[in-house]
Amino acid sequence: MPLNSLGNLFGKSPFEPIQEHMKQAQACAAALKPFIDAVLADDWVLAEKAQQVIVDLENEADKLKKQVRLQLPNNLFLPVPRADLLDLVSMQDRIANCSKDIAGLMLGRKMQIPPSLAAALSEYVILAIATSAQAMKAIEELDELLETGFRGREVSLVETLIEELDRLEHSADKLQIDIRGSLYEIERDLPPVDVMFLYQTISLIGELSDKSQKVGSRLQIVIAR
Amino acid sequence: MSIIAEHGQLLLILACLFGFFMAWGVGANDVANAMGTSVGAKALTIKQAILIAMLFEFCGAYLAGGEVTETIRKGIIDPAFVADSPDLLVFGMLSSLLAAGVWLFVASMMGWPVSTTHSIVGALVGFAAVGIDSDAVVWSKVGQIVASWVVSPVMAGTISFGIFLSAQRLILNTQNPFEAAKKYIPYYLFLVGFMIAMVTMTKGLKHLGLGLNFQQCMGYSVIAGIIVAGIGQLFLRRIKDTPSADGRFRFASVERMFAVLMVFTACAMAFAHGSNDVANAIGPVAAIVSVVQSGGVIGAKSALPSWILLVGAGGIVFGLATYGFKVIATVGTKITELTPSRGFAAELGAASTVVIASATGLPISTTHTLVGAVLGVGLARGIAALNLSVIRNIFMSWIITLPAGAGLAIVFFFIFKAIFL
Repeated sequence: MPLNSLGNLFGKSPFEPIQEHMKQAQACAAALKPFIDAVLADDWVLAEKAQQVIVDLENEADKLKKQVRLQLPNNLFLPVPRADLLDLVSMQDRIANCSKDIAGLMLGRKMQIPPSLAAALSEYVILAIATSAQAMKAIEELDELLETGFRGREVSLVETLIEELDRLEHSADKLQIDIRGSLYEIERDLPPVDVMFLYQTISLIGELSDKSQKVGSRLQIVIAR
Repeated sequence: MSIIAEHGQLLLILACLFGFFMAWGVGANDVANAMGTSVGAKALTIKQAILIAMLFEFCGAYLAGGEVTETIRKGIIDPAFVADSPDLLVFGMLSSLLAAGVWLFVASMMGWPVSTTHSIVGALVGFAAVGIDSDAVVWSKVGQIVASWVVSPVMAGTISFGIFLSAQRLILNTQNPFEAAKKYIPYYLFLVGFMIAMVTMTKGLKHLGLGLNFQQCMGYSVIAGIIVAGIGQLFLRRIKDTPSADGRFRFASVERMFAVLMVFTACAMAFAHGSNDVANAIGPVAAIVSVVQSGGVIGAKSALPSWILLVGAGGIVFGLATYGFKVIATVGTKITELTPSRGFAAELGAASTVVIASATGLPISTTHTLVGAVLGVGLARGIAALNLSVIRNIFMSWIITLPAGAGLAIVFFFIFKAIFL
């Protein structure tokens, strides 16, 4: 019996799917850790398996992203602007894409990491993953934000989470400068093409933190009024 | 005159039958909207919702339904025009009932958005204007009723907007929402009890012969509010602040507190619905009964016989039992996004509006009022996603239902006339 003004009044909430999508994007980023470990151990069989995991996770994230978009038709009346939510999801999706790009590039070139850079690079990846984890932590507050009507205490709480996210991204930036410096010191002794791609990998990892931070700033736009 | 004397018994039986059919439609369809919010918010199971609906719809109809019944019975049609031909009034009321009942049945089978109130008002206006005389319709009253259809959703929205904002300020946006809920929910419970008691005593109990003055009403209503708050307290005390299993949603315990409140607002909603919508079914029956029993005298001052209310209440219960539970389940599954902290605000806003309308004798649509109330909560940024095309549906239901009810009533009116005269 389809008659029901009241039943049809309620649209599907986009907030839960957005949280699911962020979880998936973060899973993608987190899967970089075993991948980098395998690369540093020069175990390319394992690295390929780890990369496949990332690709699968990214595919899932894409599906979730599409689902969120379908759930946001333009006749919905939402507590926050629809365009901002769509932006937020795009940015979340870039975390997943960026993780896939990093793994793809490193695996494709069977990239050799100079031993003097290994420790710093590993730390750098961990920091990037931490940044994305912090972005997820902020996104996980969306249901609480909805509960409190996007105002008051909960907004301040999310703002502190976003500040912490900014702080993490700054540390990642600093670390990036250090790693570039170290690479510059030794670049003369390495094959030039390899060096080029090493620089590119470093900036891709930097982009991962950067996109995570941008998720935070999009969230800020969503809640700011 | 002779027709009423000759066929009085038959006409009475037909009136009861049609009234019962109409009430069945109300129980099968309308109640679902009143109760669906609570089921969707998981404050009530379907079984509980049906039990509450049966009890409080009946109470609402019996204790506070008199004014709207009076409006349907003799407010829309000017008695002066039918004084010489009471048989026309009887046929008209019969056709209105049948028209509204048939139209509701067809429309709900087709899935069109319709309202019982609009069907019966459309039918009454239709038969009176075409079958008797266009001046026989008390247009000022009809204008008032139509205006109330616009005013009631707006008013419900405003009230629920305010209630939800207060709940946010007092409970949700505080350091410790759980403790705040424990502290403030009893006040909302008081409000529910007070509001229902006040309307019942000032307007409803007259026909039961209980004349109370305003101070007395006030006093008894305060007592009723305190009693409701006390009962609620018993349930509230049992709820412990347990962090949800995965620790993800921090407001789970607070929502459980609101769910208790929502059980009471659901009762208020059922009461309000009963007080307004039952009249749609029994108002015309009451009119027929008074004409037939007084031997053709119209406007005879007679109290509403309580057995008519029983017919209405019985029809609603029967409708609930045969079909309504299914509709409640369907509506409930569609409203899962509504949490108790929102649902109570919407229900309280809608119930207050409907009860006030009942007290003033204005037949309004409970569903539309509830839609207005939910939109009010949405405007307070309380609801994840609302589908605004429903508002268009509401306008459509006015445009479709009024002429359909009127047209069918006119057809049935002439059929009855042809059979009996």
